Amino acid sequence: MAGPLQDWRQHKRPFAAIVSAPIFWLVLFFLVPMGIVWLYSFGQNVGPAAIEITGTLDNYKRATEWLYLSIFLKSLAVAALVTFICLIVGFPVAMAITFATEKWRPWLLLAIMLPFWTNLLIRTYALMMLMGQNGYANKGLGAMWDGASWLRTLVGLQPLEAWTPVQLLYNNFAVVLGLVYVHLPFMVLPLYSALDRLDKSLIEASLDLGAGHFRTLMKIVVPLAGSGIAAGVMITLIPALGAYLTPDLMGGTDSQMIANVIERQFKRANDWPFGAALSFLLIYAMFALVALQSLRGSRAKVGAH
Amino acid sequence: MAEPIIQIRNITKRYPGSPVAAVDDVSLDIMAGEFFVLLGPSGCGKTTLLRMIAGFEIPTSGTILIDGQDMAAVPPNKRPVNMVFQSYAVFPHMSVEQNVGYGLKIAGVRGDEALARVREALELVKLDGLGSRKPDQLSGGQRQRVALARSLVMRPKVLLLDEPLSALDAKLRAQMQFELSDLQDQVGITFVTVTHDQDEALSMAGRIAVMNKGEVAQLASPSDLYEFPANRFVADFVGSVNLFEGKLTLDEPDRAAIDCPGLGKVYLNHGVTGPHGADVWVALRPEKIYLHVPGEGKAIRAAAQDAPDEHNLARGTIKGMSYLGDITLYDIKLDSGAMIRVSRPNLSRHDQEDFTWDDRVSMHWRADSPVVLLS
Repeated sequence: MAGPLQDWRQHKRPFAAIVSAPIFWLVLFFLVPMGIVWLYSFGQNVGPAAIEITGTLDNYKRATEWLYLSIFLKSLAVAALVTFICLIVGFPVAMAITFATEKWRPWLLLAIMLPFWTNLLIRTYALMMLMGQNGYANKGLGAMWDGASWLRTLVGLQPLEAWTPVQLLYNNFAVVLGLVYVHLPFMVLPLYSALDRLDKSLIEASLDLGAGHFRTLMKIVVPLAGSGIAAGVMITLIPALGAYLTPDLMGGTDSQMIANVIERQFKRANDWPFGAALSFLLIYAMFALVALQSLRGSRAKVGAH
Repeated sequence: MAEPIIQIRNITKRYPGSPVAAVDDVSLDIMAGEFFVLLGPSGCGKTTLLRMIAGFEIPTSGTILIDGQDMAAVPPNKRPVNMVFQSYAVFPHMSVEQNVGYGLKIAGVRGDEALARVREALELVKLDGLGSRKPDQLSGGQRQRVALARSLVMRPKVLLLDEPLSALDAKLRAQMQFELSDLQDQVGITFVTVTHDQDEALSMAGRIAVMNKGEVAQLASPSDLYEFPANRFVADFVGSVNLFEGKLTLDEPDRAAIDCPGLGKVYLNHGVTGPHGADVWVALRPEKIYLHVPGEGKAIRAAAQDAPDEHNLARGTIKGMSYLGDITLYDIKLDSGAMIRVSRPNLSRHDQEDFTWDDRVSMHWRADSPVVLLS
């Protein structure tokens, strides 16, 4: 069974030939720029376009001031809420795909992945058109309101006062909704892959032993989909935490998230060292999340054996 | 064996998009306390029938009564039956005890009683002491015992077993066949087992329903099934058999004769009640044919005086041999050109050396050995 590439320790040269190009790419275009930004976070502005790396920790001190820390914590709260909603919405969707017939399943998976074919900016604008003051959501609500008003006149009651459009955009609600919309596929796909691996006879066995569907879901399906839930939570939470476009376009003045603050430092404020420090604070937080997750994972494995 | 516990009435199951019915108008009774086996090749509808009893498949038409109660509107979690799944379906995130106690907890059995019943069930399947293990610390055979205990602890009226032994190795399978029979004697619960393995079915069952293409081909005890198959499908599926086409030339209450172009003249010491000249098939089991050196067969057959001259005799040449230890199988080309299989017990250590490839041999069989099949 051992092919020539099965064990790279025994076949160093073909392995090196294959991996050197991507490693070169990653080092040059990912690690090196990241390193430069990391160094900037310990520097200070000495001119409009000159930064000196002085090893100062002032940027980090400023970044942990309450003004910024509160935005940071709020971003975390928004990302957590978005992740939670994605999980609640995504789980039934993943279940539906898992239990769909062979004929339907690829089409449903395609429907989940279809949004990836369109640029995020365009998707966000499309959502904004739907949710605007004169968008279809408000038009639909208005039509229902008018209908209700008309029904009241039918039974001899006073008609309702004129419909005032609901403010759907440019607030925290819009940000959460937009982020849920963007991140739902990231949740559904790992959940689906975990549920798809689940032996369906386990569900039947639970029913057979007298459990109802809800108990079967909570006691059998959810615990056994744990790895998928953990994966889905991680790959939803991390990009949601660093979300920039959605709060920028759909949020109000009070809905800015940490990425918007970072962007301002690099552009309008022209304070790259402080922006770099904020960026790395976010990266450290994500590292902590991933570390926590893998610690939990390894402990679960130890517990199983 | 008094009352039927399961009554299946004209059950048909059609899957959408499939031209043939998976189960086609099956009616049968399963008696309280019996070990009932559904036997058949894959795709014969046996598992579908079992799953309809459990409630996982909904019949297209027909009714299933369990203990006199119509099951049509009863979901699987409310039926008085439990199932042991082919994959065992032991919950991997629960310990053995938690697995066995799962159904009891739902049924509202708690505390000391639940503990005692779990322990009793684990003892029954010889898993006492392993209650705190996780399923991934168990062997395949042990996992199956967990699945058994988990179902038995519920004290169901009927225990359904879907291919219970198919995932075990041959030695363990033989052992579990006996254990399952013993267990069924001990607990007195009706067992309904699905299998494609005829040895398994013959060794465990009280009665066997052989299924073919969604229909019951024959329902009988293991020995009746083997010795008196109702048709060619059953004769061929249960055990191995030599089948020859022939014409009925004599049919009286106490004797019958069939002229088989392939085998020769066959004589039976009982009637078959078929029309004279009808096309029939003669089934002859390999172990019911005696093998001799040329000429000897005729003499022995004549001495037995159980058939007229030139009946129940054949001659041929050995074309194949397989030595299986306890028996040796011979594939013999008859002088008619047809092939016949004969098995011969190795009663002494050198019996397998008596015959070898290309040897001329004669054969005879007793007048009560052939089975005449009309379909």
